[in-house]
Amino acid sequence: MATSTLPERATGDLAPDEYLRYSRHLILPEIGVDGQRALRRARVLLVGAGGLGSPAALYLAAAGVGTLGLVDFDHVDVTNLQRQVLHGTRDIGRHKLDSARDRLRDINPGVHVEGFPVRLSADNAREIANGFDLILDGTDNFATRYLVNDLCVLQGVPNVYGSIFRFDGQASVFATRDGPCYRCLYREPPPAGLVPACAEGGVLGVLPGLVGTIQATEAIKLITGAGTPLIGRLLLVDALHWRQRVVRLRRDPFCPACGTREIRDLSDAEQLCAVKPIDDVDAVFGAVPEIEPATLHARLRSGDALDILDVREPHEWAIASLDGALRIPLAALESRLDELSRDHEIVVHCKGGGRSAQAVRRLRAAGFKRVWNLAGGIKRWSEDVDPSVPTY
Amino acid sequence: MPTISLPSVLTPLASGEHTLSASGSTVGQAIDDISRRFPALSPRLRDENGEPYPFVTIYLNDEDIRFIGGFNAPVQPTDELSVVPAVAGG
Repeated sequence: MATSTLPERATGDLAPDEYLRYSRHLILPEIGVDGQRALRRARVLLVGAGGLGSPAALYLAAAGVGTLGLVDFDHVDVTNLQRQVLHGTRDIGRHKLDSARDRLRDINPGVHVEGFPVRLSADNAREIANGFDLILDGTDNFATRYLVNDLCVLQGVPNVYGSIFRFDGQASVFATRDGPCYRCLYREPPPAGLVPACAEGGVLGVLPGLVGTIQATEAIKLITGAGTPLIGRLLLVDALHWRQRVVRLRRDPFCPACGTREIRDLSDAEQLCAVKPIDDVDAVFGAVPEIEPATLHARLRSGDALDILDVREPHEWAIASLDGALRIPLAALESRLDELSRDHEIVVHCKGGGRSAQAVRRLRAAGFKRVWNLAGGIKRWSEDVDPSVPTY
Repeated sequence: MPTISLPSVLTPLASGEHTLSASGSTVGQAIDDISRRFPALSPRLRDENGEPYPFVTIYLNDEDIRFIGGFNAPVQPTDELSVVPAVAGG
């Protein structure tokens, strides 16, 4: 078999029952007994036990990776279950690490699971990552993705990358000795608010299954030395139209992480990569006047003439909506301005307040003077005013 | 005429089309062309000064345009451009 690029650890023969358990690996010449021993010796840290981390952890445990580290601070929520297959309905409310440990132990009791019930930060990342051979990035936000990348570059540990949104997925292997890193692909994260999160934009439940298993595949290849890992290549998947391609990634000599090396520690990296707080976004895009749901409710009850504009997509209207709202998706707003009265006050809402903030900016730029953003969107309306409105 | 391939997240801004034909002899001209035809798409492809974003990578066939001339990179009628924005979901 090929030679692993990961550090050699103490060897140990497989136990008799392990020959049977891993027999389908052992008869693959690319894996074999040596590869299975390498898997047993390997220590893989998964950051995030959610959509991507779930299938990755399940398959790495089944494959016989000796130690799986899991970093997650969160508890299982019912909205996780559509895609986070490590957890079940009976686990709702449990810590994800407890749920994950039970499931992984059932799949393979020979795997040692180390849990880190914290949010990965510049302060704790080095200590957590210490002793792991590679890190699998299953995080759900830009700040942690840049932190994971910089950690991998500084520690000299491969970053098995996967990321998803709606129907699109990406996978690669970053931060190997000669390969590019995540900052070579995207130097900086987008400003907060420009790119919607999965909670706002949605994600096809099976997509993290596709991408997370690709990450598990790449981890196994790195550990065993089998095949050709996705180093210097980016796999792009569009599950909606089934388009799949691999594009070339080059190492950027001006990359502040792996090129110029100006990022020397994680506190610097965190400052560079931190998602801009909302005040900065307002400075860039212009502050948006807001109205609290309770205030809007009181004004409507008192008979104030207010127009409500819903800028969500048509499929969201079927889930929940506010009575009497005019419905114009954000993308169609500019072409339908004549449907709005310039004489009325307008309260704009979406699911959580992000898209409606953009709509308020556009309306003000178009000359509408009295326009408000509903703080927290229809979600907050449900929480604060009318619980009969479903949240999603 | 070169084509521009969009991720599914951007197709609603281009009348639902995930592959667009674009006129132009450079990457920048092709981006200009679809930005004119689909104004809502424009701010997702380049900043207000017409420059590429650091968080949206554009590929000309399999090459990142930053390494082959950026928006000035020449395109041939058979070329395919791909817009690959950063996504962070997990």
